[in-house]
Amino acid sequence: MSSLAEHSPRKGQSLEKQVDTVRVFDQSFYWLAVIGAIGIGGVLLWIAVQIGLSALPAIQSYGVDFLTTTTWDPVRNIYGVLPQIYGTLISAAIALVIAIPVGIGVAVFLSENFLPNAVRTPIALAIELIAAVPSVVIGLWGIYVLIPFLRPFYNFLYENFGWIPLFSTPPRGNSLLTLGLVLSVMILPTIIAISRGSLIALPRDLRQGALALGATRWETILRVLIPAAFSGIVGSIMLALGRAMGETMVAAMLVGNSNQITPSLLAPGATIASLIASQFGEAGREQVAALLYAGLILMILTLIVNILAEIIIQKFQNVE
Amino acid sequence: MNSDTINTPNSTSSNTTQEAILRAENVSVTYGSFQALRGVTLDIPKNQVVAFIGPSGCGKSTLIRCFNRLNDLIPGTKVGGKVTYQGVDIYGDKVDPVQVRRRIGMVFQKPNPFPKSIYDNIAFGAKINGYKKSEMDEIVERSLRQAALWEEVKDKLKESGLSLSGGQQQRLCIARTVAIEPDVVLMDEPASALDPISTRKVEELIQELKENYTIVIVTHNMQQATRVADLTAFFNAEAEEGGKRFGYLVEYNKTEAIFNNPKEEYTRQYVSGRFG
Amino acid sequence: MATTEDTIGRTKKINLTRSARTPFRSYFDFFMTFLTGAFTILTIVPLVALVWDVVRQGIDRLGIQSFTELPPPPGLEEGGFGNAILGTLITLGIAAAISVPFGVLAAIYLSEFGRGTRIAYGVKFATNVLAGIPAILAGLFAYTVVVLTTGGFSAFAGGVALSVVMIPIVVRATEEGLLLVPQEMRQAAVGVGATNFQSISRIVVPAALPSIATAVTLALARAGGEAAPLLFTALNNNFWSTDIWQPIATLPVLIYFYAIIPYEAQKEIAWAAALVLLGIILIVSISSRLLARQRL
Ligand SMILES: Nc1ncnc2c1ncn2[C@@H]1O[C@H](COP(=O)(O)OP(=O)(O)OP(=O)(O)O)[C@@H](O)[C@H]1O
Ligand SMILES: [Mg+2]
Repeated sequence: MSSLAEHSPRKGQSLEKQVDTVRVFDQSFYWLAVIGAIGIGGVLLWIAVQIGLSALPAIQSYGVDFLTTTTWDPVRNIYGVLPQIYGTLISAAIALVIAIPVGIGVAVFLSENFLPNAVRTPIALAIELIAAVPSVVIGLWGIYVLIPFLRPFYNFLYENFGWIPLFSTPPRGNSLLTLGLVLSVMILPTIIAISRGSLIALPRDLRQGALALGATRWETILRVLIPAAFSGIVGSIMLALGRAMGETMVAAMLVGNSNQITPSLLAPGATIASLIASQFGEAGREQVAALLYAGLILMILTLIVNILAEIIIQKFQNVE
Repeated sequence: MNSDTINTPNSTSSNTTQEAILRAENVSVTYGSFQALRGVTLDIPKNQVVAFIGPSGCGKSTLIRCFNRLNDLIPGTKVGGKVTYQGVDIYGDKVDPVQVRRRIGMVFQKPNPFPKSIYDNIAFGAKINGYKKSEMDEIVERSLRQAALWEEVKDKLKESGLSLSGGQQQRLCIARTVAIEPDVVLMDEPASALDPISTRKVEELIQELKENYTIVIVTHNMQQATRVADLTAFFNAEAEEGGKRFGYLVEYNKTEAIFNNPKEEYTRQYVSGRFG
Repeated sequence: MATTEDTIGRTKKINLTRSARTPFRSYFDFFMTFLTGAFTILTIVPLVALVWDVVRQGIDRLGIQSFTELPPPPGLEEGGFGNAILGTLITLGIAAAISVPFGVLAAIYLSEFGRGTRIAYGVKFATNVLAGIPAILAGLFAYTVVVLTTGGFSAFAGGVALSVVMIPIVVRATEEGLLLVPQEMRQAAVGVGATNFQSISRIVVPAALPSIATAVTLALARAGGEAAPLLFTALNNNFWSTDIWQPIATLPVLIYFYAIIPYEAQKEIAWAAALVLLGIILIVSISSRLLARQRL
């Protein structure tokens, strides 16, 4: 507190004047903070508007057909992102199919006292760390370690279940399935952290109430706790979906960047993000415009998903 | 205070004719290194209402939670002595706490309905305990009637249990407890969060439930104890050398005797309001 | 065994053992616990495998020259990625210079002035949505705002793109840190006549400084690993560069380019660079989390 004493009006200085400058200073600081805060919204808006405006020329040239065209041909300047939209959604769907049950399961396992704290804490930390690994490093690992490791399984799937459309093409390591698998691991920390948070935040009485009725532990979890934490869990899944759709480097390195739509998950494909990452370097003016249009589509998709996620999670917190 | 001198109804009154459904024998509870309760011995006779009274922190909740093994949920809790339900040691090796809780229900201080519909709040316990789907409507209605809630909610069974008032929520919690037909209902200050009218409803309810259930109720409200309880146990907390406090049973007798003619000085002071 | 009758006259045997459960009920609990436990292990396995492989593949090539030398031209063996490390530091420096003052001011507003207000609610909402924007879009944004207007790819453009990644992290973590400062401290400061600015700048922010430092470090760790925002902003550079208006090499972009070209030496450099990047990020992430936990 001694530092504050120095700030009381000094002798020999007019009290009024001191108060005046201090107030002006205080006010400007307040407004600076306000500007900083509102600036966050401003940045968000700026990004949206900027990308939207830059995409405008391409929107004018290609219109809505851009969404339904399956060619990406810089030579003839024909551009469409249907295969990329397809690949974005399919790889994200694969990731969610795996990550939802696993993520909720882990969230429950780590929110209950199945493990002593001394074990639970490092595991939770390790899961948080998955989110910290740079995606190029995951991509590098995916190319040289994971794909060779998965190849025998892919061959097995193709040879034995090739009659199912999902596995009907000879496996190349780079594929929507590989991307989906890696994405599932990458989005797990999001699902686990937020779901676990909303499970832990549930009132203790709820669990006691169920157990006091003779419910087993898992009956309590599945029928009372998970439904009660439902919106938090759904919100976490939405956030994870947004993350999966926007992931770039892993997609660019593992999906194969092939401009096609096939039902086979073993076939290479592309996502919007991987298209932008892999094409931008060599792109001429026309193609850059088309890529900005693709970026706008990605932004709209992820904005919708993220805004929904936020609304769901906020609603949940307000109920608490 | 010597626990040997503590009276149990069996040794003092006509209650000896009553069969004890729950029995605590020399029960001590420690949370980690803290002994919350020491050497409690008492019998809960069948189809009676037993009230636990005593100053805050003397271990009433701790004891009541021993009866349905809810203390199991708190890590580091140790229960010494013996608790028997119809002669079976509920802390015995092979005993499944789930089965204990299925027979010994509990109503909590703060109403804690599940965030589900009124109907599902009651159906939940019944379903997991193997009652048939076809009986469910009947069970829901019967339980709500028993809890004197049916008339108020019969038209909105699909609404959330959380949409009810506090008093209604508490009766919903009682309804969901009786839905699975336990033998004993434990109530830990069930009316302390309620307004006077709701409190009266809950008290009337206890009187009615007594026909079919054995009830153990913790209360801070001495009027309430005299109104609802057949027997009353008075607990106190005492400081040991070194400042550690532990709770123990001071006196246990017919409610009337505890309030009008207590044997112990502490009890007399407490019930006459001249105490902590 | 004792018996008793229930309200509707059925006789219930007193069986309190597990055998009183239906078989489904008794096995289901075991099964679910086992399954979710297995899921938990399954979740960690890829991380452990990845760290292990990166160490194994990267360690051979790692040496002093990694930090001091330029990458070799295709076909040659020797060399390192010193320029990329320097470039990562420079772009991060630019990103921090933009995002930290901005983010900290916003966080100060959220925790000191705006608590519970509509504006604060909106700002938090915007922060969370911004955090969810794919990094590649931050790159596109910086491309259109900086690259197109300044006439070329540059370290500065890369820094701008990374600052977009950092801002939400800085805001959220700083706000958390400020909220941990006890309310009494503020009251004490205001009580002796301090203005808001004095109380915040002399008392609150210094008290929260460790958390703010952690927040900034975490944001740097996160942004330092991003390649997507740099691909068409900072681009790449095979030489040493400290000019913020020139393209610049960075570790993530170098890893990406070298991972997808078919030269063995470059591949090895990519692994070594991955080891350095991953090592720094994991160490920073673990230690800042441990520090944050200690403070609680
Ligand atoms: N989970 C716990 N861990 C550690 N100590 C506990 C725990 N629960 C209760 N205690 C302690 O045990 C003692 C008895 O607590 P208990 O809740 O049984 O008291 P009570 O008689 O129910 O009080 P009240 O009338 O306030 O509800 C208290 O000193 C309390 O601090
Ligand atoms: Mg209590």
